[in-house]
Amino acid sequence: MATNENKNGEGVTRRDFIHVAAGGVGAIAAASVVWPLVDQMNPSADVLALASIEVDLSSIERGGAVKVMWRGTPIYIRHRTEAEIAAAKADDSAVLPDPATDGDRVQKPEWMIMEAVCTHLGCVPVGAEGGYNGDFGGWFCPCHGSHYDTSGRIRKGPAPRNLAIPPYQFVADTTIVIG
Amino acid sequence: MAGNSNFQSNNKVVNWIEERMPIFSLIDGSLGASYPAPKNLNYWWNFGSLAGLALVIQIVTGIVLVMHYTPNTELAFDSVEHIMRDVNYGWLLRYVHANGASMFFIVVYIHIFRGLYFGSYKAPRELLWILGVVILILMMATAFMGYVLPWGQMSFWGAKVITNLFSAVPVVGDSLVQWLWGGFAVDNPTLQRFFSLHYLLPFVIAGVVILHIWALHKHGSNNPLGIDVKSPQDTVGFHPYYTAKDLFGIGVFILVFAYFVFFNPNYLGHADNYIPANPLLTPASIVPEWYFLPFYAILRSITFSISIPFTDIVLIDAKLLGVLAMFGSLAVLIALPWLDRSPVRSSRFRPMYRWFFWILVIDSFILGYVGAQKPEGIMPTLGLIGTAYYFFHFLVLLPFIMPKYEKDTKLPESISNPVIK
Ligand code: HEM
Ligand code: FES
Repeated sequence: MATNENKNGEGVTRRDFIHVAAGGVGAIAAASVVWPLVDQMNPSADVLALASIEVDLSSIERGGAVKVMWRGTPIYIRHRTEAEIAAAKADDSAVLPDPATDGDRVQKPEWMIMEAVCTHLGCVPVGAEGGYNGDFGGWFCPCHGSHYDTSGRIRKGPAPRNLAIPPYQFVADTTIVIG
Repeated sequence: MAGNSNFQSNNKVVNWIEERMPIFSLIDGSLGASYPAPKNLNYWWNFGSLAGLALVIQIVTGIVLVMHYTPNTELAFDSVEHIMRDVNYGWLLRYVHANGASMFFIVVYIHIFRGLYFGSYKAPRELLWILGVVILILMMATAFMGYVLPWGQMSFWGAKVITNLFSAVPVVGDSLVQWLWGGFAVDNPTLQRFFSLHYLLPFVIAGVVILHIWALHKHGSNNPLGIDVKSPQDTVGFHPYYTAKDLFGIGVFILVFAYFVFFNPNYLGHADNYIPANPLLTPASIVPEWYFLPFYAILRSITFSISIPFTDIVLIDAKLLGVLAMFGSLAVLIALPWLDRSPVRSSRFRPMYRWFFWILVIDSFILGYVGAQKPEGIMPTLGLIGTAYYFFHFLVLLPFIMPKYEKDTKLPESISNPVIK
């Protein structure tokens, strides 16, 4: 076994090299086997493909709202009243946990379009169905008591962020494409 | 385990097999007359064998349920109704499986508190204890995913709220949640993977149970006095003494189990789960199954963030803190063998610890109660106090306060001679 004892001067033997090389190759092989097993759980191509819907807004009256499904996520479309828009604008200067102006959150002030998914743990907040809409008149999440204002901004309760705005654009005056 | 067996047989077939694969001495050394068990074990020691039985019941009923169940969001709810109405004895199988999960948890919780009271987690049984906590965690994952399968309102919203916990993880949170869901919401891919894992995990549990028992048999059972076995006089053979006693316990267990299955099968469940899942409508209150309530209370109790004082910079937000507290409540159990410094095992000889043990039991019930209530009025405060006390018990009281005030007690000489002179 003399060759294995031969030092190359830096205290590293050929056998050390073989160990490291074998270990390295083994690690790469293991990682390349594990990755497909992990990645298969990510959204599949067909799920990703269902990515946009068109919604006609003309039937939604002022003060009214609808919920539509986009990628399995409920989306609120609220036709806001002047009073609601004014309240949202007035609160731009209030102390907000997740600061944002109302202007940043809408493309047209009368159309509030956002994900109906509480940023706490994902319940659907209630609002515009009548009944209790929270202390700020916008949306209220019954699960753990998060209050959102008429701009969908978090004002009170455990949720950390404002209700998310999905990507959408107006393709006609009262028609939007979400996604 | 097999090593201490002096198994012998006159049966030729048995001897032929034993010579080639010593399975008979393995059984004899693990559950037979050759396995010496402390002679003073009380009824709290019955719950281990009951947990094993509960696992077997879940696996057997689960496998036959799969013969009729369909893991698809369009079909799952109806397939469970089909099991309930059309499949021969389907109602029985499903009620046994659904209530069996509750029975499993009752038994395991009692088993764990037994360990806490009699100090079974102390040297040399730390690894045995840790394997037990691993089983608890796997059970929680299994039961959670099983509850999603009927695809009722509670299934769906429970799945949504619990998977969303992982969005609290900094930076990768949202990608992690999408990875868990296999989409942008809880949907068919989620149901199918939960089904796959719900089928798998019980067998992983069975594997860990084998390790748990292996570790147990290395040093044998602890006992109500918490002192080591000193001589053969301190023990009796497992068979027939504890096989008989365990069978008696199984009889009582089955009576309680049968009461729920036949007379009150939906008592432990939630009526909303008989409404098909509706992703557009959150039920008025989301309540997990009773066995998760204390943990749910801990999760919800944290409503404040930790920030750098006098700035707006938030270090850990409330959501993440709640999640950390919930997982932390299990992590402290893993660390317990090193948090409790006293060399005395049994509470019988630790009068002060005994008080704190019972306060911890009451605290767990309070947390369970809070977890079932809406987070209104005094509930959040009560939950916060309960949570604070839970961690105080494990992280302050046991390692730092108790060692200062606890007096050394004299321990009995041996199990056969338990009188303290
Ligand atoms: C650790 C053991 C297990 C636990 C704690 C457990 C727990 C649960 C729970 C809580 C449910 C929901 C019951 C309901 O409300 O309807 C469930 C459903 C189900 N489980 Fe399990 N389970 C276990 C093992 C298994 C195994 C091994 C299988 C299959 C091989 C299985 C198959 C099923 C199926 C098909 C359902 C859906 C039908 C139904 O809802 O009754 N389970 N399980
Ligand atoms: S999910 Fe909305 S407050 Fe918790």
